[in-house]
Parts: sequence; structure tokens; C-alpha cells
Amino acid sequence: MVPLSSFLVVGAALFSIGVVGLFLNRKNVITILMCIELMLLAVNINFAAFSHFLGDIGGQIFVFFVLTVAASEVAVGLAILVAYYRQRRSIAIEDINTLQG
Amino acid sequence: MLETTFFYLFGGLAVFAALGVILSKNTMYSVMWLILCFFNASGLFFLLDAEFLGVILVLIYVGAVMVLFMFVVMMIEVNQAAKREGWLQYLPVGGMIALILFIELVAASTSGVFTTGDMAMTGHIGAEVNNTVEIGKVLYTKYLLGFEIAAIILLVALIGAIVLTLRERKDAKYQNISKQVNVRKEDRLTKVSM
Amino acid sequence: MVLETTHMTLNQAELMAIPLLPLVGALAAGLFGWLLKDTLSHLVTSGTVILAALLSIDVFIKVLAGAEFYGNFWTWIASGDLVVNIGMMIDPLTAIMMVTVTVVSACVHIYTIGYMHGDPGYPRFFSYISAFTFSMLILVMGNSFFTLFFGWEAVGLFSYLLIGFWFKRESATTAAMKAFIVNRVGDFGFAIGILAVWYYFGTVDYREVFAAVPALVESAATMHFLGWEIDTITFVCLALFVGAMGKSGQVPLHVWLPDSMEGPTPISALIHAATMVTAGVFMVARLSPMFEYSETALAVVIIIGSITAFMCATIGLVQTDIKRVIAYSTCSQLGYMFVACGVSAYSAGIFHLMTHAYFKALLFLGAGSVIHAVMSNQDLRKMGKLRKYMPITYITMLLAGLALSGIPPFGGFYSKDLIIEAAAVRDMGWVSDVAYWALMSGVFMTAFYTFRMFLLTFHNSDRVPAETKAHLHESPKVITIPLLILAVGAVGAGMWGYYTLDMANPEVMHGFFRDALFVTEEHNPLLKLELLEEDHTHSHFWLEKGALVLALSGIGMAFLMYFKESELPAKLANTFPRLYALLLNKWYWDEMYDVTIVRPVRALGTFFWQKCDLAVIDKGIIHGGIIGTVKNGAALLKNIQTGRVYHYAYAMVIGVFGLLTFLMLNA
Repeated sequence: MVPLSSFLVVGAALFSIGVVGLFLNRKNVITILMCIELMLLAVNINFAAFSHFLGDIGGQIFVFFVLTVAASEVAVGLAILVAYYRQRRSIAIEDINTLQG
Repeated sequence: MLETTFFYLFGGLAVFAALGVILSKNTMYSVMWLILCFFNASGLFFLLDAEFLGVILVLIYVGAVMVLFMFVVMMIEVNQAAKREGWLQYLPVGGMIALILFIELVAASTSGVFTTGDMAMTGHIGAEVNNTVEIGKVLYTKYLLGFEIAAIILLVALIGAIVLTLRERKDAKYQNISKQVNVRKEDRLTKVSM
Repeated sequence: MVLETTHMTLNQAELMAIPLLPLVGALAAGLFGWLLKDTLSHLVTSGTVILAALLSIDVFIKVLAGAEFYGNFWTWIASGDLVVNIGMMIDPLTAIMMVTVTVVSACVHIYTIGYMHGDPGYPRFFSYISAFTFSMLILVMGNSFFTLFFGWEAVGLFSYLLIGFWFKRESATTAAMKAFIVNRVGDFGFAIGILAVWYYFGTVDYREVFAAVPALVESAATMHFLGWEIDTITFVCLALFVGAMGKSGQVPLHVWLPDSMEGPTPISALIHAATMVTAGVFMVARLSPMFEYSETALAVVIIIGSITAFMCATIGLVQTDIKRVIAYSTCSQLGYMFVACGVSAYSAGIFHLMTHAYFKALLFLGAGSVIHAVMSNQDLRKMGKLRKYMPITYITMLLAGLALSGIPPFGGFYSKDLIIEAAAVRDMGWVSDVAYWALMSGVFMTAFYTFRMFLLTFHNSDRVPAETKAHLHESPKVITIPLLILAVGAVGAGMWGYYTLDMANPEVMHGFFRDALFVTEEHNPLLKLELLEEDHTHSHFWLEKGALVLALSGIGMAFLMYFKESELPAKLANTFPRLYALLLNKWYWDEMYDVTIVRPVRALGTFFWQKCDLAVIDKGIIHGGIIGTVKNGAALLKNIQTGRVYHYAYAMVIGVFGLLTFLMLNA
């Protein structure tokens, strides 16, 4: 039988990889979105694991909500990206610097 | 024993695929790696008796969200050559932070808090329990408000995505109905005295 | 004191509708005036107020038949021991006030349609007067000291807004400010009084407080205030009376009332004659179960009232501004009402309040009609011989003048005579003697200044400037109809109150007012009066007819001096130059306040402004310290804001990492 901590370690690994991805990638917003998906997946695994080991179905409900929000985020994020690309012909992060004023 | 084997298989492949996501040069490959990662995470959900979530993850994520990613990647031409440029610049700081974060998280996970007491439960839920029914029972009662808010968020995202990407093409011909209805004869007709 | 519950009760929805209708109108005209435009604004406000007036009359009829209401609607404040409920207490006293307020307000609303025609702030004006009506109704209908206070402050606010209605005129804004500040002095005392009530009685509900008063008096409770030991009930009553002095323009807080004439004339009629300024009288009558137990408080009320009645009447003799004459007359008449309350003839005070509301509102509206005709001129010296141009205004103002002077059978005669007779028979040593003579001389002066104003306006010589001459005309119907309605009130209110409502019943608590008013047997001057009149061994000619004789002689003297152009007034002024200057300058009250209060406060303010604010805080602390630090700090911190989104993302991740590490180290 696999203990809870093993699942948590998998979650931690996925989360950390997502963080590294955020730092490494500087050229492509799509990859950043994917890193965020990875981190959310890590969170979901933790939720599901705790739900199972505590015998409380509520954790799975929260996975459900996280999935909903993540899906909305991806949809809107990619839509922004497409609109941005049309405007600028680039999605390189370094070009997104109009906030500098 | 079989279960442990599958856990290591799914967990290992998920981590391996995640590394592939961040390390591959081609964005399309990244998407593919992420799909693999989700499949394995789905396997982990099955191991945790969360069959409904496992299926949902495959259907929605792999079936819908990742396809959306792929569309976008194909729509947008990414300069592949420039992609790797200067990618090591932030590796020291990012790697350090991620490493320490990972060590901390693992230390917390394996500290023993999560393997004893209430959380030491090992057995699986019996086959007579229907995971989907159980989720439905709480989702439509205790979490009804959250469920409805989630629905509204999805609706807003749907409309938002359409609004953001909708554009009128200048080279195509459209009808402007209100203009047509409001037209008056003075706008079109000129009396010329002969 | 405890009411039996066998009384018929009133419909709560109807009662709540009465104040809420004008509020709805006010909100509609105030918030959506830009949308409704002029016509819809005045329709919605006038309509709701007229409806409220009809409902009030309905309530009044039910109250006459014996109905009462007492109840809380909801809890407003609940904080520890202090529980304040929003509720209403409807009894004959409230009912007569409601009718007076809403009827006068309805007349003023209609009148305003004509008077303010074409003013750029037209919807705003209607919104204010409707909101004022709402506040005044809350003031009279509430069942606790807090609702009284709410109404009290709200009417003060709308009074301020309306005096300063023409805010582009500097004199109007200063007059508004003066009214507000002087009222603050009074309201300070009022607030102390209410807090003292809560402190000593543990409740602010009228009924509970009144029930607890006898016990407090019995225990002879005293309190320390600024080193003096004072009877608690006396202290409470006096503090509350300070508020009444401010609101009702009693000496020495009367200075704002004449200046408030800067506002448009309809509000002078509504607020500064008929309703708001009488709130103080209403309050004293409402709290008669408290005042009745304090001889000292009653004596103070009498003294302040009689000084005001006398002093303001003398000032009214020489004023040349038509509205100011009426304003000083209002002060003086309010003094009469307070004297009535002071001598425990509360019913007479309220009776006079009612009759006064009608004839004084009529006088003001008539004056407004005149002012309207002579193109916004208010100077009596530029009027004269207006009779033939404006016959309706002439007749109605004549009736109002007769009512004010106290000529039978018009309104003022019944109520004013009752007050004077009550003051004559109530034996309180020198206090009641002073009051009696102040009131008697006041009667003469009232008749004189009223007819002086009247004759200078409508008779005497024609002094209207040539350019306004062509403009002279009778006012339109929207102005004259309210005048006629109020004229009916001015003529009939006295007889109606005296004969029909039996407001002069010596057995106050068995007459019209039932147990709304409280008078102890030994105080009740009306009872004494009745006994005296039944005693036929002595002649009571002077007691019964003295006031009438004085009023007639006042009118006669006015005719002598002002009916035709004559040298007499100038001669009189030249004979007593100092007296004339004293009266013309209003006993130098404003000058005295200027020297003793305004200038020192202004000097102190200037000192703090120049030396403390500008020199130390602005220059030293702000420019030197704070701005410098902020500038340098900002220059440093702005480096963080790179404008690159991924830097912000990193910051978030690093934040998570830091938080986690912190938790781990502290675990």
C-alpha cells in the first residue's frame, strides 16, 4: 500500500518543476501557461490524496473547482495571447514590457 | 505490490513528462509531454479511488484544454531559433529556489505527520461505493453555491474568450442591419431639376 | 400617566406613509430632478405632500374620536444598555402638529410653483422643502428622544440648505452658516440633555422616561455640574431648553432667525415661521411631564420667553425690510408660546403655535407676493399704495395682520389672550409679573409694527421706483390660492380651536389634549382663571379686555402715523435718537457677539493657521520631512518596478517560497 507521503512527494516534484519552468522560459508565454497547469496539477494530486486518506470526499470537490478555474484561465489566457499576437506579431515575454511606461 | 508498482510507474512517468515539458525546444513537444503527464496523473487519481476525477482529467484536459493549446501553438508561429536564447540566465536563481522548495516540501511530506494517525488509512473503498454518485451527493447539496459560481465563471470565460478573439475582417462583406433599417429616402435620393 | 390600552389604535401603514411620502417626493426630485424637469418635479413633491396632508387630516379625525398609537417599528441602535427604537407616538398633540405642518407645507409647495418659477434650482428647491417636511414629521411623530433628535438635526440641515439656497449670493451663504453655527450652540445643550436623560433614566423612550420622572423627583436626586450641585430634573430640562432656545430663536440665540430671511420667501413661511422654529415649543410641551416638576426650569423658560417677546417686538418697530419685520414678529410670538409653556399653560402655547402657523405663514407668503410684484425689492421705503394693484394679497394680509394683532374673532385673539390671562393669574412672584407686563407691552407693539408694515406697503405714499411700476400686478393663481387657503386658517383656526376642539379647556387632561400634556393641579393657570371668572364680586375688565384695548390702540397709533404720509415717525425718531439707534441696530446683539466671540475666535484661528499650520506643519514637517523622505524613498523603490511581467511572476514565486520557508523554520 502506498502511503500518503509518496503522493505528496510526487506533487512536490511536479510543483517544483513548474516553478523551474517559469524561471527558465523567457521566450514563450504558452509554455508559461503550461507550467501553471503543471503546478495546478500538483495541487490537485495533493487534494485527491488527502481526500482519499482522510476519507472525506470534499477534497475531490475542490479538485473539481480547481479544474473549472484552470480551464477558464486557459481559455481566457490563450484568447488574450491570440489577440496580443495579432497586435504585435510576437508572444515573446521580453516584448511584453509596455508596463514600463 | 502491484499497486506500488503502478504508483511508481505513474508517478515516475508524470515527473519525467513534466521535465520534458520545460526542457523540450519545440513548443509542440511540450504540449505532447504535458498530455503524457496528465495521463499519468489520471492514473494516480485512479489509485486514489477518485475514478470520476481521473476520467474528467482525461476528457477535459487532454480532450479539450490540450487541444486548445495545440491549436494556439499552430496558429502562432514561434521563432524557434530565438527560443533558447539566454535560457540559462535565470537557471541559477530559479533552480536554487525550486530545489530548496522541493526539499522543503519533501521534508514536510515525509516528516511523519502524514503517515500516522487519521491519515494512516490504507485500505481501499469497496467496489459497492460509486465515486460519481458520492461526488454528486455533496456537490449538489453542501457545495451548491460553489458549483453555481463555478458555472458562472465558466460562462464568463466563454464569453470573454469570444469577445477577445472576435474580429471583423475588413476584406469580407457584412450586413449592417440597423443601418439598413434606419435608412431614409433623403439619404439615397437626390432630386435633380432638369 | 400610563395610558390605558383600551384606546382605538391607528393603522400603522397609514402613519408610516405620512412621513415617507414627502421623503419619496424629495428623493425623486433631488436625485432625478435633471430627468424629471421642472413640471414633473413640482408635481411629484407637491402631490406627495398634499397626500400626506390628507392622511394627516384623516389621522387627526381618528385621534379626535379617541384613537391613539404607540409602537416601535424596528430597532435602530442596540449597543449595550442603550437601545433606540424607531417608533411613533400619536396623540392629540402630535396630531395637531401633523396637520399644521402638512397643511402649511402643502400650501407652501403650491405657492412655490409660482414663486420660484424659472429659477435654475427649481427641482432642488422642491426636493429640499419636501425633505424638510419629512424631517419635521419625524420630529413630531417620533416616540423617543433619539427620533426627536434626528428630526431636530434634519430640519436644521434643511433649514441651512434652504437659507443658503441662492448660494451664489454671499449674504445668503453667510446667513446660512450663521443659522447653522448658532443652532450648534443650542444643539450642544440639547445633546447634553438627551444624554443626561439616558444616563439618569436608562432609556430614551418618552413613555418610559415620563413614567420614571416622579420617582426621580421623589428621591430628590441631585447631580454635580461644573462644581454646582443641581437638581437632576432641573438640569435635564434646562439643557434641553437650551436646544429649544437655539431652534426657536430665543434670546440670546435669536440672531440667526432674522438673517435667515436671506432664503427664498416660501421657506421663510414654512420653516422660519410655521414649523421648524416652533419645534422648541413643541418639545417643551411634549416634555411637560418633565418640565412640570422643575420650578426653576419653568421660571427660566418664562424669563427667556418674555425677554424675547419684548425685545424682538421693539426691534420690529423700526425695521425697514418687510421680511425682517415679520421675522422679528416671529421671534416675539415664539416668546409668547414659551411664556405659555413656562406658566404651565401648555395647551395655550400649542394653541397659539397652531394659529400662529397659519397667520404667520400667510403674512410671509403675502409678503412674498408683494416682493414678487415689486421685483425682489424688500425695502418698505420703496413700496406704498400697492392696494389697487394686488387686491387679493391686500385682503389676505389684512386678515393675517388682524389675526396677529389679536383682534377678535381672528386666529390670534383666542390663543394670545389665553396666554396673557394665564400669565396674569399664575403666581410665581416677580417672574410672572415681568412676564405679564412684557407680554402686555408686546401686544401693543405687535399691533403697531404689523400695521406699520401693512400700511407702508399698501397705503401711505407711492414710493415705488418708476422702473418697477410697469411690472406691478397681482400674483398668478398658484400664489393667490395658497394665500386664500391660509387665510381661511388664519381667520378660522382660533375659533375652531377654541369652540370646536375645546383647546382652552381648563381641565387640560380632559379636554382636547387628553393625556398628551401633563399639568399639576396647583400649577394649572387655566383652572385658576376659570375660578376667577366665576367670581363676580370683582371686575375683571382689565384682565379680560386689557390686551384687546392695547392691540386696538397699537393699530390706531399705526394708522395715525402711517396711513397718510406724515412727519410723525421722523419726529419721533429725532426726539429719541439713542433709543431709535438701539432698536435699529437690534439692541447691538450682533455687534456684541462680534466683539466677544467672533473676533477672538477668528484671531485664534488665524494664529493657528499662520503659525502652526503654515509655518510648522506645512513648511517644517511636510515639505522638509515627509515629502523629502517620500521622494528619496520613491526614487529607490521605483527600481523594483521593471515593467517586465516575468519579474513580477518571479516575485510571486519567491514570495511563496519565502512563506513556506518561514513556516518550516517556525514549525
